[in-house]
Amino acid sequence: MAEAHPVGFQWVMEAKARGAKLIHVDPRYSRTSALADLYVPIRAGADIAFVGGLINYVLTTEKYFRDYVVAYTNAPMIISESFADTEDLDGVFSGLDRENRLYDADTWQYQSGGVAPASGARGLRPEVLAKVRQAGRGEAHGSHGAAAHPAPDTDETLQHPRCVFQILKRHFARYTPEMVARVSGVPEDQFRQVCELITANSGRDSTTAFVYSLGWTQHTVGVQYIRTAAILQSLLGNMGRPGGGIMALRGHASIQGSTDIPTLFDLLPGYLPMPLAYGGEDLDRYVQAETVQKGYWANTREYMVSLLKAWWGDAATAGNDFCYDYLPRLTGSHSTYETVLAQLDGKCTGYFLFGQNPAVGSANARLQRLGMAKLDWLVVRDLVMIESATWWKNGPEIETGELRTEDIGTEVFFLPAAAHTEKDGSFTNTQRMLQWHHTAVEPAGAARSDLWFIYHLGRRIRAKLAAENHEAATDMDRPVLDLTWDYPVAGELDEPDADAVLAEINGRDASGQPLSSYTQLTADGSTACGCWIYCGVRAGGVNQAARRKPGREQHWVAPEWGWAWPANRRLLYNRASADPDGRPWSERKALVWWDAEQGHWTGHDVPDFVADRPPSYRPPEGATGVAAISGIDPFIMQADGKAWLYAPAGLVDGPLPTHYEPQESPVQNALYGQQHNPVRQLIAGRRSRLQPSGDQPGAEVFPYVTTTYRLTEHHTAGGMSRFLPYLAELQPEFFCEVSPELAAERGLEHLGWATIISARSAIEARVMVTRRMTPLHLDGRTVHQIGLPWHWGPNGYTTGDAANELSHLSLDPNVHIQEVKALACDIRPGRRPRGPALRELVRQYRLLAGITETTGTEM
Amino acid sequence: MSTGTTTTSEQPDPAAGIDPAFQAGYTDHPQRLGFFTDTSVCIGCKACEVACKEWNAVPEDGLLLTGMSYDNTGSLSASTWRHVAFIEQIGRPGELAGADGARWLMSSDVCKHCTEAACLDVCPTGALMRTEFGTVVVQDDVCNGCGYCVAACPFGVIARSDADGGAHKCTLCYDRLGDGQTPACAKACPTESIQFGPLDELRERAQQRVTDLHDQGVAGAQLYLEDPADGIGGAGAFFLLLDEPEVYGLPPAPVVTTRDLPRMWRHVAAAAAGLALGALAACLGGTERTP
Repeated sequence: MAEAHPVGFQWVMEAKARGAKLIHVDPRYSRTSALADLYVPIRAGADIAFVGGLINYVLTTEKYFRDYVVAYTNAPMIISESFADTEDLDGVFSGLDRENRLYDADTWQYQSGGVAPASGARGLRPEVLAKVRQAGRGEAHGSHGAAAHPAPDTDETLQHPRCVFQILKRHFARYTPEMVARVSGVPEDQFRQVCELITANSGRDSTTAFVYSLGWTQHTVGVQYIRTAAILQSLLGNMGRPGGGIMALRGHASIQGSTDIPTLFDLLPGYLPMPLAYGGEDLDRYVQAETVQKGYWANTREYMVSLLKAWWGDAATAGNDFCYDYLPRLTGSHSTYETVLAQLDGKCTGYFLFGQNPAVGSANARLQRLGMAKLDWLVVRDLVMIESATWWKNGPEIETGELRTEDIGTEVFFLPAAAHTEKDGSFTNTQRMLQWHHTAVEPAGAARSDLWFIYHLGRRIRAKLAAENHEAATDMDRPVLDLTWDYPVAGELDEPDADAVLAEINGRDASGQPLSSYTQLTADGSTACGCWIYCGVRAGGVNQAARRKPGREQHWVAPEWGWAWPANRRLLYNRASADPDGRPWSERKALVWWDAEQGHWTGHDVPDFVADRPPSYRPPEGATGVAAISGIDPFIMQADGKAWLYAPAGLVDGPLPTHYEPQESPVQNALYGQQHNPVRQLIAGRRSRLQPSGDQPGAEVFPYVTTTYRLTEHHTAGGMSRFLPYLAELQPEFFCEVSPELAAERGLEHLGWATIISARSAIEARVMVTRRMTPLHLDGRTVHQIGLPWHWGPNGYTTGDAANELSHLSLDPNVHIQEVKALACDIRPGRRPRGPALRELVRQYRLLAGITETTGTEM
Repeated sequence: MSTGTTTTSEQPDPAAGIDPAFQAGYTDHPQRLGFFTDTSVCIGCKACEVACKEWNAVPEDGLLLTGMSYDNTGSLSASTWRHVAFIEQIGRPGELAGADGARWLMSSDVCKHCTEAACLDVCPTGALMRTEFGTVVVQDDVCNGCGYCVAACPFGVIARSDADGGAHKCTLCYDRLGDGQTPACAKACPTESIQFGPLDELRERAQQRVTDLHDQGVAGAQLYLEDPADGIGGAGAFFLLLDEPEVYGLPPAPVVTTRDLPRMWRHVAAAAAGLALGALAACLGGTERTP
């Protein structure tokens, strides 16, 4: 966190100053480790084993927060008899469809039944179902997963053999300290130290927080990494309470914002799922499929209709399903990596890149460039001339002779973009807090804001369509022509008013007055709201995100700094900070509580609960929606109001996290016969060769674990740092970090050159020999790790090879993220070959390892 | 941060050391301002280096991978007024390592703004001056680039620029102080490793911090250049270090290089007088002997 989020790290330092203990678990000793009370080196790709070990420790030593677990988690729920765990099936769950490489989640559900995945695609043919599943329904509804029956069978004694608690105990029983050491390389004594620190600091009076970043997400089991932490934190009672939680540090300033109002293919604003092309959906069927019986997702229709009204205004009427048919439909997964394959296949012929540099920053960068070379047109909007705009004249494939500039048909447009200091807008941080920024200077030259570009592009397209078609506008054009595209513009540049966009997002009632809460949204078309969870950000017509009252001038929750969704709540699910009777678990950790005299919830933060619902409330038989939330259901967006230790629906790769080795690993899975996540998304086939793993012959050709990471001095793919002299001089060259032990083994010299090779490509880097890299001892062998800061590319003031030349296209099946935090490579001294010899070197390695089209694709 | 309210009109308590602004002739001057760099909370982000260069328009000075951990700056220079040092003290099992088994020390170095500043003493043009805040700055338009100050600095802070020939170093953001602003490096520091303020307050805070660290078992924590009784009369920019100064590349007991000048000049004067007397005697004697 100190390394990649130094500004946010100030709060960690404040906590340290107040006595907090800081533990850092990372394959490399980083600037964060330097400030930690305890640094734990770990093998990249082994975190589920490590955190699973913590769960096992908590369960076997009975250090879980029992009152919290019984009342607020699904520990007492009884699971279907047909469920079989990885314990029974040597590493896979019941419901595995080996032919289609996907799970049927039906057997994972509560005994009470009536649970179905909210895919809106029931009764479809298996091959269609497979496509739909790939479309990432796990991502839909963001935080809450999917539908579950409102009143399942439970055993509050937690003794029933099929209750979640007992299943959890059995599932994690083999994650012993010895096994943690064997898998992750963390010595037993150090592991026990972590166990003791975390459990001693969790309970009524104390809470422990977890912070993770892309080191946890960029794996073929990325979502399950986070699930493991969620289980541990729920068992320890660290969710919904001050000082607890699981914080996701993002890769950019507003990544939270870009999922709330998504740049993702499978979501609409506010985590509403994108409609599917299959099943002949209309609004009713969409709502029926996506609505949860209980909790605030029961109001899906209100959110969806208000969104449609925001987008299509008067054209959206009850008579035409509020223009529901105007929405695009998914025919499968259209993630960034599938888009590249579609480019290679000639199916995707145009590409917009906004602040994205896939020629350096995306996995298997070579394939990204080859895909772009098949396009008809490419528009790159960025601050500087990044590699994604120039690969056609100076990319690595020009050097190797794979591409010749004169043969490339892609028409490339580079449009300079305005920086955040040159435009109005908001950032949404990981705490879901929106902070408004104002234009400090006008953008120079031809640079324009993204808002300017999209607005004026839309305006011109609409004008063209209108002129071409006028009265005879075709049905295909109507969704564009009927859009509400009426933002006021100002200034010499005709810059659209960002505040007007925020007003649309916030929403308005029938009389045009700004709404103040999503509870005001209606399904009859009288309200419009561009993103239901952001409703209230402009309550009273005031930009609440622009508030900057200093912390010292308000109380410690600081509600008047910016605005957090939903409803300016700073801590989600904070009903859990009080016990089932509505009293704080302890005075020290008080946040919200039930005021019996006044008959409502109150406290330091905005209570995340039905304001006047007493703790004693139990829903009547047959209650639905918000009325079905019991007085002891803090997790109000969950289908059952509970924290899910076990996820009966919503995930495509299992109801419980299970340690699988990365796609490419020099290590055999010590926990199960199953080596990999069986349903990991393998998309590239012959285009992106995979390496043998574990005990397979040829795996020894790539003996070293390799991980990519960031340096404080640079930003992601380098567009905002490599081109700036003041930053470039601080980390002036691409380097690889290796231990003195690995350097000796491979003859690498400090500050010399090394070539790092995978089945995709080979890159060169200067060698940094440092004891900050630790050889790990696991299962009777030594495992060396290579660290690669991935910021470099051929352009800019400091240049170097891109680490992403090495990475592959095996993805997490829930969210389609690439596995770049745990790879296997070889390393040798010296610079890499130039020209066609580079591809020849890679070919030789493939031959040596016996790599074919099917290598690494086994289930 | 207010910098212009409290003034001293006479030499303060001798225990607090020399008042350099007073000595420089500011009889009515604001509080002495300085830096306390607490390296125990430095995260090595180098925001201080970048903020300094941005604000003071100090040029970028080359893409050199030094191999000295994450320090690619190397040292303070005419084009580097803040420099973050990185010292890896990481052992392997069974080996000696840093006090805590593994440490990565980080420390942001800067001009010390010495109470007794040799650079200022030797400057023949008066380009180096003491400000009303007790800091030492170079006046670019007066500096003739003679380089005496470069040799005089016991820390190797000040250096001549190849570009303009002049001597350059940290000004403690003199232009910002005048507007009641915090210097750029301290403003950018995310963890308050660089603290700015009245020197007496900083000294108090630093004493407390070092006591707290000792209580926490950080035995190596020590203040560097905080003591007005040291060889430079205490620094206007002092440090809390976690190891000996040498580990960070800092001189352990620096002495103002002009300290011996008066004595030297007395010797010179005595020698000159002796020489003159001898010459006189010779002349007189000669007169006597010469017919």
